[in-house]
Amino acid sequence: MILARVIGNVVATQKDARYEGGRIMIVRPINPDGSDAGEELLALDAVDSGVGDMVVVVREGWSASTTSTGSPGAAIDSAIVGVVDTVEENA
Amino acid sequence: MQLARVVGTVVATVKTESLEGCKLLVIQPLDSSLAQKGQPMVAIDSVGAGKGELVFWCRGREASFPFLPAEVPSDCTIVGIVDSLFVDSEFTG
Repeated sequence: MILARVIGNVVATQKDARYEGGRIMIVRPINPDGSDAGEELLALDAVDSGVGDMVVVVREGWSASTTSTGSPGAAIDSAIVGVVDTVEENA
Repeated sequence: MQLARVVGTVVATVKTESLEGCKLLVIQPLDSSLAQKGQPMVAIDSVGAGKGELVFWCRGREASFPFLPAEVPSDCTIVGIVDSLFVDSEFTG
């Protein structure tokens, strides 16, 4: 799983049926200190996150589709599975 | 999933049986500012997307799930057509 910042969302009427009812968020991977850490991706929201939130994103498809839709076997490769309160780094 | 623009179509007469009837499109992956990122890819369409449309696609094993119970060999499938896109101005540029 990775840390990411929610920076926006996508609206799509015509989509795979398993996306119905889910929110498709645009997330930007970040390091624990908040700096950018890679390429943006879309993730289905399983936890009611909002734009600006630091979140935990799972990028393994089985876990992502099961968590965000309630059952496995959906064409979903990434999902937001947690909203981060704090990150502590040990020196 | 990632954003992409449909930039072309692929015609392949000789192909594996499980790809029969599948629409193959060339897509250019994009970031949230709609700038190109990475190389064009061949995607299977599952939502009726056409050339020029902004779409999002799914990678990996999950890319074959829209076609179940058919086992379609795909690692890149278009799973949605984008109506609109919002990026908070704090995170643009």
